[in-house]
Amino acid sequence: MNASNSPPTLAPPVAPGPLEWLRKNLFSNWFNAVLTLASLVFLYFTLVTILRWALFSADWQPVTYSPLLFLVGQYPRAQLWRPGLSLLIGTFLIGMSWGLWERYIKPFAIFFAILLTILAIFPLKTPTITLSIRAVFLASPVLIILGYRIGRLPAVKGKYVITMWLLAAIFITLVLLPGLGNIPALPKIATTSWGGLLITLLLAVGGITLSFPIGVLLALGRRSSLTVVKLFSIFFIETIRGVPLVTVLFMFSIILALFLPAGSRIDRIVRALLAMVFFSSAYTAENVRGGLQAVPPGQAEAAKALGLSNFQITTFIVLPQALRLVIPTIVGQFISLFKDTTLVVIVGINDLLGISNAVLNLKPQFVHLQMEVYLFVAVIFWIFSYFMSYTSRELEKSLGIGKR
Amino acid sequence: MSEDNKTNETIIICKDVHKWYGDFHALRGISMEVQRGEVIVIFGPSGSGKSTFIRTLNRLEEHQQGTIIVGGIELSHDVRNIEKVRMETGMVFQQFNLFPHLSVLTNITLAPIWVRKWPKDKAEKIAMELLERVGIPEQAQKFPAQLSGGQQQRVAIARALAMQPKIMLFDEPTSALDPEMIKEVLDVMVELAKSGMTMLVVTHEMSFARAVADRMYFFDEGLIIESGTPDNIFKNPQEDRTKLFLSQILSH
Ligand SMILES: Nc1ncnc2c1ncn2[C@@H]1O[C@H](COP(=O)(O)OP(=O)(O)O)[C@@H](O)[C@H]1O
Ligand SMILES: [Mg+2]
Repeated sequence: MNASNSPPTLAPPVAPGPLEWLRKNLFSNWFNAVLTLASLVFLYFTLVTILRWALFSADWQPVTYSPLLFLVGQYPRAQLWRPGLSLLIGTFLIGMSWGLWERYIKPFAIFFAILLTILAIFPLKTPTITLSIRAVFLASPVLIILGYRIGRLPAVKGKYVITMWLLAAIFITLVLLPGLGNIPALPKIATTSWGGLLITLLLAVGGITLSFPIGVLLALGRRSSLTVVKLFSIFFIETIRGVPLVTVLFMFSIILALFLPAGSRIDRIVRALLAMVFFSSAYTAENVRGGLQAVPPGQAEAAKALGLSNFQITTFIVLPQALRLVIPTIVGQFISLFKDTTLVVIVGINDLLGISNAVLNLKPQFVHLQMEVYLFVAVIFWIFSYFMSYTSRELEKSLGIGKR
Repeated sequence: MSEDNKTNETIIICKDVHKWYGDFHALRGISMEVQRGEVIVIFGPSGSGKSTFIRTLNRLEEHQQGTIIVGGIELSHDVRNIEKVRMETGMVFQQFNLFPHLSVLTNITLAPIWVRKWPKDKAEKIAMELLERVGIPEQAQKFPAQLSGGQQQRVAIARALAMQPKIMLFDEPTSALDPEMIKEVLDVMVELAKSGMTMLVVTHEMSFARAVADRMYFFDEGLIIESGTPDNIFKNPQEDRTKLFLSQILSH
């Protein structure tokens, strides 16, 4: 019954060395060997070509000319301390998250710290990158390390850090960046001037954090015994899923105004965000529903027999198991949502991609440099997507334990 | 099983209980009275309605006709009554139905904390006592998937007992177990029976019935065909169907 009582057995032989691994996986027979060599040659030439192009013949001027455009769009330069402070808050929280959830956040936190350090000392000769901007970049890795130290303290709990993230997100998006009319230190800044990575992250983070709970509620609503709730959920989910995101974006940008009382206006970024949230929540709902169906009915029965209420059964028993099952799918969906934020270009919002187009038209000599600009933007998207899927893979692995 | 811990308090009353699944008549008039402290064994062929009946007692299944009174509370559509009855009855399932995402300890403390509103340390103290009682205190921090079937079923019994129920319902608790693990679960159930717990047990483990049952009920096609003390049932069954069924399950 107890593993410690069993007689000691020999450990399995140690993993074979790298040479053995190579032989087994890449050169097991002559065909495999030819394929391996051909791929290596192909990879080598592709990489060399790209690197040679990137280092010697590419013209990175559109990117280096005004890096701030890619970061914050036309956010007033006199008010740059506000996105700067947002960055510092964010990096500190990334640090705390690293301390708390080392396994998931560590690679991203370290990568981000190094990236910001490089940005801070990068020898760019643009007047737009002032010393104070470099100081903020340089302070970020320090804050990441500081946050990490604090996050490792035993007193720091996951729920505190999640609450801090939520409060920070609310403060940054509703107070710090847009400003408040009645505080002179925080003049209002119209969202028309916001742009670049700022918008992309805003839409992605806002879209993900808002659509997730709504999607879960819709999934539960679809299984509800209240007919009205159930019908509404089905109607909502099926309608949204039957329409492309572009259409939903247009609907929210244009048609939404028809339903509002005359004179009232919703900010266009909020409209785009709402569209993303509605769109994404319908898909989250369907994914979560799949998870809910996969939880065996015996689970809810056992919980009922113990006297738990329906609400408690859902929150403690069924939902946690359902969500574990669908985490990979939902993260995949969030990665698409992140990339789909680029569609807001069509309703005139200058996200990262929109800014790229704007930059290309900035000067006549930039027009033919699309390759450079789009590659730059693609790399940024790739970095974020990569770390999202990395985290999802690690989550999947660590959740294996409680699985049946 | 000793007679002195049986009071004359009738804790379960079923009168002419009927249940349909669509057109299918699964329970066709079940009547039964159980005194506090009694151990009842229910047996019968597969599909005879044993599970359905035992599940009507805590309203996992709704009966459509007849009366069920558990611990003085009548089961009806009144949700508050259903909650009260479920607090007083524990249930153990064939498939254990432990919560796989929660540790053994949390499986046991969840309901006491959220339904009985006990403070966490009290719930954990009692959970550890129960794990001691079922013989696996060292497994408290593990997850269900890391336990053997017999250990899982013993955790399930501890989980049900943690709510301090007056009645325990068992639906074929050993049928999903490897043969060598049946005894460890039956031992726990025998100990529980001897401690004076009121138990309704659907099982074909006749050794258990012989050891602790006060009465046995033979179910077939949604009806009680025959009932009596284990002595009567084993030595002197009245109905042909009972005889046939007993000869089949006792032959191996
Ligand atoms: N949820 C259900 N829907 C329809 N028929 C059911 C359902 N549950 C049980 N039955 C039927 O009711 C009868 C009695 O089932 P059950 O009580 O599980 O029998 P037992 O436990 O004695 O094997 C069986 O014929 C079974 O097919
Ligand atoms: Mg059954």
